[in-house]
Amino acid sequence: MRIAIVDESAARASVIQEGLAALDDCEIFMVTERRGLVARIEQIAPDIVLMDLGNPSRDVLEEYFIVSRALARPIAMFVDESDEESIAASVEAGVSAYVVDGFAAHRIRPLLDLAVRRFNAFARLQSDLAEARGQLAEREAIDKAKRILMQSRKLTEPVAYAELRKAAMNQGRRIVDIAEALITAHGLMGGK
Amino acid sequence: MAQELTVGFLPLVDACLPILAREHGFAEAEGVSLTLVKDMSWATVLDRLLYGHSDAAHLVAPLAIATTLGRGRPAKPLAVPFVLGLNGNGITLRNDLADRVLPEGGLGHPAEVGARLAVVARERHDAGRTLRFGVVHRYSSHNYMLRYWLAACGVAPDRLVEITTVAPPFCADALEAGEVDAICVGEPWGSVAVERGVGRMVLATAQIWRRGVEKVLALREPVLEDRREPVEALIRALRRAGAHFVDPANWEANAAILARGEYLDGDATLIRRAISDRLLLARGGDEVHFADFMFQHREAANFPWVSQAEWLYTQMVRWDGLAFDAADAAKAARVFRPDVYRSALKGSGEPLPGASSKVEGSLEGPLAVTTQQGAITLSDNRFFDGAVFDPADLEGYIARQA
Repeated sequence: MRIAIVDESAARASVIQEGLAALDDCEIFMVTERRGLVARIEQIAPDIVLMDLGNPSRDVLEEYFIVSRALARPIAMFVDESDEESIAASVEAGVSAYVVDGFAAHRIRPLLDLAVRRFNAFARLQSDLAEARGQLAEREAIDKAKRILMQSRKLTEPVAYAELRKAAMNQGRRIVDIAEALITAHGLMGGK
Repeated sequence: MAQELTVGFLPLVDACLPILAREHGFAEAEGVSLTLVKDMSWATVLDRLLYGHSDAAHLVAPLAIATTLGRGRPAKPLAVPFVLGLNGNGITLRNDLADRVLPEGGLGHPAEVGARLAVVARERHDAGRTLRFGVVHRYSSHNYMLRYWLAACGVAPDRLVEITTVAPPFCADALEAGEVDAICVGEPWGSVAVERGVGRMVLATAQIWRRGVEKVLALREPVLEDRREPVEALIRALRRAGAHFVDPANWEANAAILARGEYLDGDATLIRRAISDRLLLARGGDEVHFADFMFQHREAANFPWVSQAEWLYTQMVRWDGLAFDAADAAKAARVFRPDVYRSALKGSGEPLPGASSKVEGSLEGPLAVTTQQGAITLSDNRFFDGAVFDPADLEGYIARQA
């Protein structure tokens, strides 16, 4: 079966492709360019199109699918009524799927389940990354605040950190909040 | 305890009422905590609505009917208790085409522009370079208004010209790249193309049908029944947001709100033009005032007239190549829910029409209509070709437009 993965995020498209590669008898095509999308899909002639739910080109592609009903291999918008649960799961995960009319139903479900798992895995990866970035930014703010204290009050690094921690405990706030407040105040006082 | 409602929307100026209902606290005052979810395609807005990510959606009106009738996907009954606005779209042509059909500039007359367009369309078709128009969705008022105009001017859609779908944020790109020769899109996206100098706006859809139904507030029918109380509260909040939106004193501030990143993420200057009915038709030109370019509030604009749903059904029959089906027509008519609108606003100061359906396109000037409460004067609501739509004779209307 021929599967087209349409995603403007090349990273996510790769994650999905990697997941689907385990399936037997699958040819996978990635489409990450918005321009010329319909022509590319026409050329690929996929049995199934998997697309990120929020992809701005969905209306364009759906229009093409409706018009293509006149062609020999019409593409139906997925949403097979018999499998509401599977569709709800895919919408939840952020995948929309389009399947060629008459394509064997028993082959769709496992494929969609797999795609959903890959989408979810990618989303987790993204949130882990965002969290890691956040932690990094927090550490940088704390380091900067320490340097300000060290320079302006001639403190050693451990003492500067202890001062930040003490202020945080007294005010019932996080150390990073105190650090950011200090950086802002320092900036307002003309410090660099 | 506030009841929560989530409303999906696309970044367009006519998503203004739910946005302002939230921003100015009108929803909160009615006991509704409103969450707004932005998407980039109608397909996504609809998926979220059908699978419960949202309770209600800013939707192109014909799509609510197409979804109910199961066009393109399995049927799911939707309900429309509130019309979010009438018109507000422009037709923007690539400069070379605009120079052929409207050399004098300004907003043209639909019949004159159409007549000149017919000549160019024939030439281009015969030369194997068929003119291509972009609309935002197959089931959009843009598509139906454009087709109505073209067909009435002898420019047969799908034969003499092609009509294809382009997502609103990419309309200017598509025009610039020559993927389409013209676009019919809501603001601010037509103005974005004008600002970039890639096209000229030559017509407003309000010139094709002076009071054409555009976006609606759509819900799944069972959700409307389950959440009737907060939905009625939302309707009251949306009416108050509408009064605020059309007050010139608020244009500047409201344009700034709509322009924000979480909403339209656009240029407040362009948005202000649209909401004040002032349009820049060509780059470097002067703004032109065109009354009722957008129509969000007056004349009970938000009342879901059953006749509007029926007109949309006649266009669906026409352009999807369907046979008239009395059962489908009845289903389409039931999508619009004046009963819910009335129930929400009964006893308020808001005017409520006495009838639920009207003959569309029959008024040349102001006419006071009978009301259930308050006073309503409807004004010019004609189609540019003078045709009249009488909902009592759908089949006759369909037969005449074949």
